[in-house]
Amino acid sequence: MTRAANVNPSVSSYYVTDDFYQALVEAFTGWDRDDRAIADPAVRDSCRAFLEREARYLDQGRHEDWLALYVPECAYWVPGTADRGDPRREITFSFHDRRQMEDRVYRLATGYAWSQQPVSRTVRMVSNVEAFATDDPDVVMVRSNFQVTEFRDGDIRLWTGWSGHRLRRRDGGDWLIAAKQVNLIDCDQNIRNPSITL
Amino acid sequence: MMGTRQQPIFAPGPAAPGYDFDALIREDKVHRLLYTDPNIFALELTRIFGGTWVYLAHESQVPEPNDFFRTRLGLRPIIVVRDRNGVVRALYNRCTHRGATICRQARGSAKAFQCPYHGWTYHNTGELAGVPWPEGYPSDHHANGEFNLVQVPRVESYRGFIFGTLNPDAPALVDHLGPARRPVDEWLDRNPGGKVVMREANRMKFRGNWKLAYDNSGDGYHVVFSHRSLLMMENRFSDDDGKGMAYYKQQPDAGPIKIHYLGNGHHFKDKRFTLDQRPGALWEIEGVHPGMEGYEAALRAEHGDDADRLLDLAASVPMNINIFPNLLILGNHIQVLEPLSVDETATTWYGTAVVDETGELNGAADAINALRMRTQEQFPLFGEVDDLTNFEEIQAGLAAEEDEWVYMDRGFGLPERFSEADGVISGPATDEVFMREYMKAYKALMTAAPELAPTREVRR
Ligand code: FES
Ligand SMILES: [Fe+2]
Repeated sequence: MTRAANVNPSVSSYYVTDDFYQALVEAFTGWDRDDRAIADPAVRDSCRAFLEREARYLDQGRHEDWLALYVPECAYWVPGTADRGDPRREITFSFHDRRQMEDRVYRLATGYAWSQQPVSRTVRMVSNVEAFATDDPDVVMVRSNFQVTEFRDGDIRLWTGWSGHRLRRRDGGDWLIAAKQVNLIDCDQNIRNPSITL
Repeated sequence: MMGTRQQPIFAPGPAAPGYDFDALIREDKVHRLLYTDPNIFALELTRIFGGTWVYLAHESQVPEPNDFFRTRLGLRPIIVVRDRNGVVRALYNRCTHRGATICRQARGSAKAFQCPYHGWTYHNTGELAGVPWPEGYPSDHHANGEFNLVQVPRVESYRGFIFGTLNPDAPALVDHLGPARRPVDEWLDRNPGGKVVMREANRMKFRGNWKLAYDNSGDGYHVVFSHRSLLMMENRFSDDDGKGMAYYKQQPDAGPIKIHYLGNGHHFKDKRFTLDQRPGALWEIEGVHPGMEGYEAALRAEHGDDADRLLDLAASVPMNINIFPNLLILGNHIQVLEPLSVDETATTWYGTAVVDETGELNGAADAINALRMRTQEQFPLFGEVDDLTNFEEIQAGLAAEEDEWVYMDRGFGLPERFSEADGVISGPATDEVFMREYMKAYKALMTAAPELAPTREVRR
């Protein structure tokens, strides 16, 4: 069987290997390591500003700009269990690689994604932003709380939780998202129309 | 009081006055009230979710003695438990004293359940174990079992699927499943050891009647329309590679895909005939999912020619087996419907994993499952959400009282489209024959008025 050996992560998924999952699961632990909390307000400010920008892009429906905030070989992970689990062994609420993030954006743009016709209006709050150092000086783990207010079909509802962002500093000092984990407080419940991007 | 046929605790009366199910369910259409009327919904909770076999849980959710899993039978709160002796029971999660639920965890392990309100305690067989300060009662509450938990009198399992009914006159589960057993067997037997285990779920709900989801379960007519965005997405890298549901384009009724009505409300959509009969054929038509190229390369490097067989286990099998009223097996999913009210339904898409107890996968089970988790997530997220929206919009449309009928007439009056053998009716992919037939079974159940017999007796 021949699949084109094109390693461009927009068209193939060679990078999501067992090692990749293993490193990902390990990266999103250790939130209790207070000794790693970054006190420098300049770092926290830059992380906060970056997260606010990501939230705004999603609220504005700027999905291509949102994709550009991620490294090429990225992960977008919404666990389906409160202990977050291991995506190799359990169904998640959603787990995307780069290609599937682009699938998501493509589908929403077709105009035929009935769950988003009409498109939901959203407003996102991001708060309680804390940054934690990692062994790599160019990588920080950022923990933030979020609340997304969604208006669609005459109703307003809330999506609430906290996010972990694994941010990598790019040349010039700004950030890119290597991986994002979205922890909904009701991730293991039956949820109506889970079609917005978190 | 513990005779073989206990005095019914709850005996639903005859059909609620004013409902003539022959008038509501016609050969080619059904009345909107079936989806909108709270009284019909209330009747379904006894006649359907009680009167016939209802899927409750999968054995992998209660693998060991004392394991329990909380669910519902209709709206009744239920604890499915494998008791200390290994017997699977469905206990009412309802304290005999004043009615509090006694189990408030979604799942776990417990030899006994103590009610948090006044401390009455029950063995996991349902038997009353103790009440605090019993001297305050004139007689022994343990004496004749009348304070045991209520439980579902008939719980049977078919190859891991646990069903229950309150109807003592229902046929044996195997007979109720009838011809549906064969596709279920085939669906299981492709997996090592002929079994799968559940590994969490995509959990959704919608504001609509539960039958909207069952109507959809074998519906080949909606695919290219309701799932248009998914089909466009799946084909965004190629002009026409025949992947996934793109098969339905052009003339779906001219192809080899058939819908089979299997009796008792069950039906089966078989899409395997589109496949070559060789290892790797299933994997080749799988859509694109996270990790597939990396894992495939690793499996081929390690397992050589055998990798095709292994990769097929990560691919979804194009079968769609629907067991009335609430168990929908499709791809590798076990989808469960739960009615919440006349116009709200939970739909839970359990993912399944393979287990390799005999080593026939040569150590590849973890890699297969890592792929298999991803191959199962795409459809709920990018496909089902659009169906659920359409179900909600049907519910909204049915608010129009004067426009009374819901049509299921595709193929009706065209007998040349169908064949019948051994009680199985087969028709073209987009035909609504399965809806017309399941509605006959539904009507029979709704007018049957069985004497339901939940029991406090600890049998078996
Ligand atoms: S309600 Fe359970 S002990 Fe009183
Ligand atoms: Fe569908």
